[in-house]
Amino acid sequence: MPPLLFYLFALITLGFGFMVVTGRNPVTCALSLAASFVGLAALFLSLDAYFIGTVQILVYAGAVMVLFLFIIMLLDIKSEEGKKLNLPAIVSGVLLAVLLSLQIIAVVSGTDIAKKSAENTPLALAEAAGKIGKAALPTITNDLETGTLPDAKLIGFTLFDQYGFHLQVVGLLLLVGTIGVVVLSKRERSAP
Amino acid sequence: MITLGHYLVVSGMLFALGLAGVIARRNIIIVYMCLEMMLSAANLALVGFSRFHLVNGLPDYTAQSLVFFTITVAAAEVAVGLAIIVALFRSKQSVDVESVTKLQG
Repeated sequence: MPPLLFYLFALITLGFGFMVVTGRNPVTCALSLAASFVGLAALFLSLDAYFIGTVQILVYAGAVMVLFLFIIMLLDIKSEEGKKLNLPAIVSGVLLAVLLSLQIIAVVSGTDIAKKSAENTPLALAEAAGKIGKAALPTITNDLETGTLPDAKLIGFTLFDQYGFHLQVVGLLLLVGTIGVVVLSKRERSAP
Repeated sequence: MITLGHYLVVSGMLFALGLAGVIARRNIIIVYMCLEMMLSAANLALVGFSRFHLVNGLPDYTAQSLVFFTITVAAAEVAVGLAIIVALFRSKQSVDVESVTKLQG
């Protein structure tokens, strides 16, 4: 990915993220968050994570944002323009964010692993086809031999080959979440 | 040249933005949006490490499986959290975090 595009999408992600934190109107915040997630999905694509980038758009920018907007409109929340700001909380929040950013920049600039780039760690698809050989499905090795990265197939293979139990636990978690939502949103009978 | 460090710094700054929002904002719905931002920032760091830690010449797909689980858990969390917000709004008629003080000693 050209450096210019990286900076563009990083700017979109962080700029709209900033608008989520500072916006006064909840609808503006929700739409900024959607834009921020689109920028983030582009960064995922630039890291050769096509499946994760697609899922980011589908789940976050699609499902989660619709849920947020639905709740904002259902509850008819007014924007907080009239309210006074909570100054100690804002000062401590900004201070903590700045300190955390500076610390992360300091740690990252001091380590060797952070100097890896797409140029000095290229993907070796043809070699990978030979190395994983019989361990993978034939469709994966075929894709690798033709020089494409079968991203979704490899994630699926990892999930079902090594993390089958964890996948079922997550499925159960979603079921529990669904039941929880139904129970929570059931209107309670008013006390006599 | 874009290195892993660039991605980690973007991820860290996104996390810091989310953290500032969780601390400074008083609207529960926006606090929730900031939580989502922090989860996504962690995902970006994971995918970055996955891309630059090659296993047999391919990205480390264990990290991307973890991202998949994180996204699933975040989706479940948003659904339950928003249901709690709706229940809270019904009893308090407000989404301000300072309107919820029943557990205060």
